[in-house]
Amino acid sequence: MTEQTLAAEPINAKKEDLYSAKPWQLIWRRFSKHILAVISLWFLLILAFCAIFAEFVAPYEPFKVERLRTMAPPTGIHLFHEGQFVGPFVYAMERTRDPETTRVSYEPDTSEPLPIRLFVASSDYSFFGLFKTDIHLFGVEGGRRDQINLMGTDDLGRDVFSRLIHGARVSLSAGLVGVAFAFVLGLTLGSISGYFGGWIDGAIQRLMELIRSIPTIPLWMGLAAALPVVWDPLIVYVLITFILALIGWTYLARVVRGQFLALRNEDYVLAARLSGASEYRIITKHMLPSMTSYIIAALTLAVPEMILGETALSFLGLGLRPPVVSWGVLLQDAQNLRSISLAPWLLAPGGAVVLTVLAFNFLGDGLRDAADPYGQ
Amino acid sequence: MVAFILRRLLLAIPMLLFISFISFVIIQLPPGDYVTAYVAQLRQGGEYISAVQEAAMRERLGLNDPMLVQYWRWITAIIFRGDFGYSLDWNAPVSSLIWDRLAITLALSTASLIITWLIAIPVGVYSATRQYSVLDYVFTVFGFLGKGTPDFLLALILMWIAFVYMQLDVGGLFSSQYQNAPWSWGKLIDLLQHLWIPLVVLGTGGAAGLIRVMRANMLDELGKPYVETAYAQGLSERQVVWGYPVRVALNPFISTVGWALPALFSGDVITAIVLNLPTTGPLLLQALKMQDMYLAGSFILILSVFTVIGTLISDILLAWFDPRIRYA
Repeated sequence: MTEQTLAAEPINAKKEDLYSAKPWQLIWRRFSKHILAVISLWFLLILAFCAIFAEFVAPYEPFKVERLRTMAPPTGIHLFHEGQFVGPFVYAMERTRDPETTRVSYEPDTSEPLPIRLFVASSDYSFFGLFKTDIHLFGVEGGRRDQINLMGTDDLGRDVFSRLIHGARVSLSAGLVGVAFAFVLGLTLGSISGYFGGWIDGAIQRLMELIRSIPTIPLWMGLAAALPVVWDPLIVYVLITFILALIGWTYLARVVRGQFLALRNEDYVLAARLSGASEYRIITKHMLPSMTSYIIAALTLAVPEMILGETALSFLGLGLRPPVVSWGVLLQDAQNLRSISLAPWLLAPGGAVVLTVLAFNFLGDGLRDAADPYGQ
Repeated sequence: MVAFILRRLLLAIPMLLFISFISFVIIQLPPGDYVTAYVAQLRQGGEYISAVQEAAMRERLGLNDPMLVQYWRWITAIIFRGDFGYSLDWNAPVSSLIWDRLAITLALSTASLIITWLIAIPVGVYSATRQYSVLDYVFTVFGFLGKGTPDFLLALILMWIAFVYMQLDVGGLFSSQYQNAPWSWGKLIDLLQHLWIPLVVLGTGGAAGLIRVMRANMLDELGKPYVETAYAQGLSERQVVWGYPVRVALNPFISTVGWALPALFSGDVITAIVLNLPTTGPLLLQALKMQDMYLAGSFILILSVFTVIGTLISDILLAWFDPRIRYA
């Protein structure tokens, strides 16, 4: 008897573990099978860390003009100096100007390596207003012009990498804030539409169709152009995210409405109703929890749309404007052929946009697959 | 069917009126009006205009009337006389400015829609029939990259590659020597040399998403018993795949033509600004910045009309293509 139970133990334990697992455990298990989604999650977490602690991660200030280091190409990172391993280091860049074309070019000065150090002291900044410090994640020690520019510098000698990190704060948060606005609109109108049905549903559906049928970019352009140039950048930022949300909510509302319609006829909702639960209790205790995972997935998939929208508008000069640093604003520098052919590294913020959008898409796909852990 | 089309057309009219009103109001939203923008522009150029002149200008252009009156004047002229008003910024009738550009926009959008399909359908079918093959992964990566890359970034990169590595003159639709020349073989080749960048930009953006849709639909269909039956009857793979599951899997393509249009117009607007194409984009941007409401409003209105018509056509096509769909 005892022997039998022991033999059957491993399989049973595994099954029991599966049966007794909580929904979020099942969701996590299924999600972690989607390798791309897990990688994306890590990428976005690191990016979020960089964005939140931008002052610390970025080696230089985003607005610091360095007149003698304009349009410098990305600094190459070397490991071997004269055949000897010295760890990661960079060479100082010698600036020369072509006497005929007056075009500036940079030559590495290979006489002396400048080692890359972690936690170096550089420009001062205030750490969230708590205390003042000058420690940056990485950098090189040396003179003022001995810099490490991972992504080169722009036409005013500002470090593109530092600007990109600072831009991540604005661009990412614009996506998240925009989705938050869209979420409120979508959840309210979607649940009203799905729960009440009838003519209210019809009216909201027509409104959604109407919004979907207007070409997005022209409408965004129209709304964004309506914001006066002189307004405070913070207000413009909030309004831009709101404009993005005004169009983005339709997608969320559709998901919410669909879920409501599907769940309304579920047996357990009927059971709850028959046992005398109030409408409020049915919605909050029974229907909403089963929708949360779907809504989170839909929200994740809506973020890239917002980020792309913000980038496009700022790129056109209708969204955020300098001195605010966002990826779209940074890409304005790469607007014409001349600057791209002289300094292709100015396109780097575009690379950041693509990676972020992809990561959100993969993450959203992974979450959507994991959202229903009991299916299949 | 006829009743369905009629009802949809009737529904489209209030919808378009509403869109036109909204776009007119939106353009008027910023504080100030066209005269304010115009004066600011003059001031940048070092010129000044007196307050009296400003007031006279407003009076002449009818900008002092309430917004509803201005809208009423504009919309009734469009409906009854086909007159889209007068562009304040260009000092010319709107209709003389927009039709050429709209024609090019429409031609570009249609061409890129066709390119989207030409890429997406065969690639989607291939990916589904050879699931998890090397090329399937390549196409998957391409599909995701295309989805994540903003149109204008792709345009910038292609423009840069064409300029630096292929020594091509990019931007615009013609080189300067052909700009005003009569049509000839040289001009046609020149046009094609300029046209491929916008077409690639607009086509790939749409294709990236549709490849995924086509692949998913095909995978659903390929597992169904009728495919098995067709194989059992001794048909070749080509006959089976293209004869049956592809036709079913194409449904979403047709039903989303209507949505593809606004997306293409949106993409076109921003791509055209980057590539300096003579389409609606650059003119619309300029009109919005100058608060030239008749020009900008007309653009948004006409683009919306195209979209509404596009959606209607896709619904009709779907009914014609898929006998299971019936409109009551």
